[in-house]
Amino acid sequence: MKISRGATITEPGSTSLEETGSWRTFRPVIRYEKCIRCMICWNFCPEPAIEKKEGENYPVANPKLIKMPVPVINYNFCKGCGICVNECPTKAIDFIREEK
Amino acid sequence: MNYEDMEFFAPGHRACAGCAAPIIVKWVLKISGPKTIVVNATGCLEVFSTPYPHTSWRLPWIHTAFENAAATASGIDAALKAIGKRDDVNIVVFGGDGGTSDIGFQSLSGMAERGHNILYIMYDNEAYMNTGIQRSSSTPFGAWTSTTQVGPSRPLGKEEFKKPIAEIMAAHKIPYVATANPAFLPDFKAKIQKALSIKGPKFIHTISSCTTGWRHDPSKTIEIMRLATETGIFPLWEIENGDFSKIKITYMPKQRKPVEEYLKPQGRFRHLFNEPEKIKEIQKMVDEWWAKFETKS
Amino acid sequence: MPMMMLRGNESTAYAAKLARVKVIPAYPITPSTLFPEKISELIANGEMEAEFLPVESEHSALSAAIGAAATGVRAMTATASQGLALMHEVLFIASGMRMPIVMAIGNRALSAPVNIWADQQDTIAERDSGWIQFYAETNQEALDLTLIAFKVAENDKVLLPAMMGMDAFVLTHTMEPVNVPEQQDVDEFLGEKKINYPVLDPEKPATFGAFVFPEHYMDIRYSQFIAMEHARSVIDDVFNEFEKKFGRRYSKVSGFMVDDAEIVFVTMGSMTGTARETVRKLREKGEKVGLVKITVYRPFPKEEIVSLTKNAKVVAVVDRNISPGFAGAIFTETVASYNNEKKRPKIIDFIMGLGGRDVKIENYEQVYNLAKAALRGKFKEINWIDVDEEAVKEVEGTL
Repeated sequence: MKISRGATITEPGSTSLEETGSWRTFRPVIRYEKCIRCMICWNFCPEPAIEKKEGENYPVANPKLIKMPVPVINYNFCKGCGICVNECPTKAIDFIREEK
Repeated sequence: MNYEDMEFFAPGHRACAGCAAPIIVKWVLKISGPKTIVVNATGCLEVFSTPYPHTSWRLPWIHTAFENAAATASGIDAALKAIGKRDDVNIVVFGGDGGTSDIGFQSLSGMAERGHNILYIMYDNEAYMNTGIQRSSSTPFGAWTSTTQVGPSRPLGKEEFKKPIAEIMAAHKIPYVATANPAFLPDFKAKIQKALSIKGPKFIHTISSCTTGWRHDPSKTIEIMRLATETGIFPLWEIENGDFSKIKITYMPKQRKPVEEYLKPQGRFRHLFNEPEKIKEIQKMVDEWWAKFETKS
Repeated sequence: MPMMMLRGNESTAYAAKLARVKVIPAYPITPSTLFPEKISELIANGEMEAEFLPVESEHSALSAAIGAAATGVRAMTATASQGLALMHEVLFIASGMRMPIVMAIGNRALSAPVNIWADQQDTIAERDSGWIQFYAETNQEALDLTLIAFKVAENDKVLLPAMMGMDAFVLTHTMEPVNVPEQQDVDEFLGEKKINYPVLDPEKPATFGAFVFPEHYMDIRYSQFIAMEHARSVIDDVFNEFEKKFGRRYSKVSGFMVDDAEIVFVTMGSMTGTARETVRKLREKGEKVGLVKITVYRPFPKEEIVSLTKNAKVVAVVDRNISPGFAGAIFTETVASYNNEKKRPKIIDFIMGLGGRDVKIENYEQVYNLAKAALRGKFKEINWIDVDEEAVKEVEGTL
């Protein structure tokens, strides 16, 4: 096991090696056909476990939005708090109990 | 440059699900960008973001103790000045309400008085959440905490009023003081941006819901913080150079909602609904604040 | 090299200037106040380039020094007594984070009762804080040891903070001729501060002061312990380099007339001068007495103390501190230093000079007489010198 002098950490952002997805009891699932790509869920995700991705290959609520980026949930980190579900203006995110 | 699409705060941290603190942090850093040094007072944020040997911080970050974040930051400010590297680096401090309003207040006041070029952000979850929900000077009137227990002899919870920390900081006549709420993101971002564009000490008091301590469903974090402002309990304003006569209320609710709407979904206020007089008292307090400042703005 | 008449606090301020310290956060406290005043004056006169932070407490002074050191610059502060006690928590943080900060201390008694005079309780109470500790006997030593402290603290094998103690008023406020080194010589001796550890730099983000769990904490503490052990040889090396450059010789522990001495005093700080005078006087009378002076208290120079005292029959340790419930700290550690020795002298503790009580030749003569009585077998382990036994008996009763 490695340590560092004075416990200084020189690997920035390395908690991303520690996945927190197992904390989840409910899983948010984005229904892209209802998603207007407003990114409010991305704004408010505390992990952050919602990534901004190119949207062309995702279903779309309105063809005009196809060039817009989409929110994509990274389940490795999503703790299932449900903020995205609660804040989504079009109710496009389902919240489904995780099967154990 | 715009760094909004970059994440300077990595996932994998150990904040409770639904904690508002990381939302605040990620947005502050998206605005401040990569040339930022972060100082953190002891508290939840420090603990959940640096589980050795890992760290969520993709920027230089330092924590020394509970009550001295502002002093530690002062030393960094002086050091950068001494080596001629002061101009292009932001120094941002994050402290909770305990580390800011209570134990860290002396060093914060010193930092402000000495005029350091630092943005101090108090993320206010209104109690000592890191040690398990003990009251702080920032805990609101009527809130249950583990040290303001509610029982037949003490039906109210906290019997004292919340310390008006942002107003106290404005009284230091520092260039910029604001309250902020991540639920009102454009306003929040604008305030961080504005603060960072000003030289000297800046203080931003942001509400930061704690699902565990406030006792609400984790999914309601943003909703409840939004209600804090919609009810007028947590008004959004800014004051420059301590000039209270020119206070600017940056979000004016069309019609303030009754305080019950904010109190009701939170378990920490549940007992108040047996004490309707106390709720009236809270409403009166809120109305008085608005009567005093609304016209000035 | 110019000779100047300097007070102890001015000696350490000149050392800060010569070391080109970049950040000096300080809070005034008797008897250290002259240090920030002198720094402020040197900066105002354009003689020194540094950021002086007149902070609002000692706690903040050391916290700001950590901030500065973490940014990669040389940082120094000064304090005493209550100020050092207020820093207590931050002392451990500075050493635990491996920040090579230097601090000058005006050794003063701790309250209560409040007292502003010479006493080493303040720094002794911080012996476990992970700081290297030097103690000066003169203002020349105060200046030299401050420079030496930087070089030791910043050594890559060490990276620990260091404090340099000088007794309140006896040194802090008393003018003595001090040989102030030339800037160029100090520059050559110290060199530019090498950044041989991560610093707060947006180009290379690092996290300082993380939350460490049981699986790592003890190993990190152990590494700090090892660094303090490394400091032993580093201090010797730096003393040698200093002598080569400036011609003045230092040792962690130095002996005076110890070779054939039956009784050896062990002292630390300014009271050593009086002890030396006493030894000279007693030697004139043919008494076999010597003196060991401690200059470095942390790391504790156990082997050096043993080697300088092992031929004595009685070691009379003089402590300007007391740990109620046991004994003076130097006594305790001197006894412990003999743990692995088969042959050991009688070691006796003499508590002396607390709270600025004058330390006189008569007091050392009394110590000598008690030590001599111990040669014949009769002795008390802990002896308070120059106290009013009757007055204490009246309020506390008899033991």
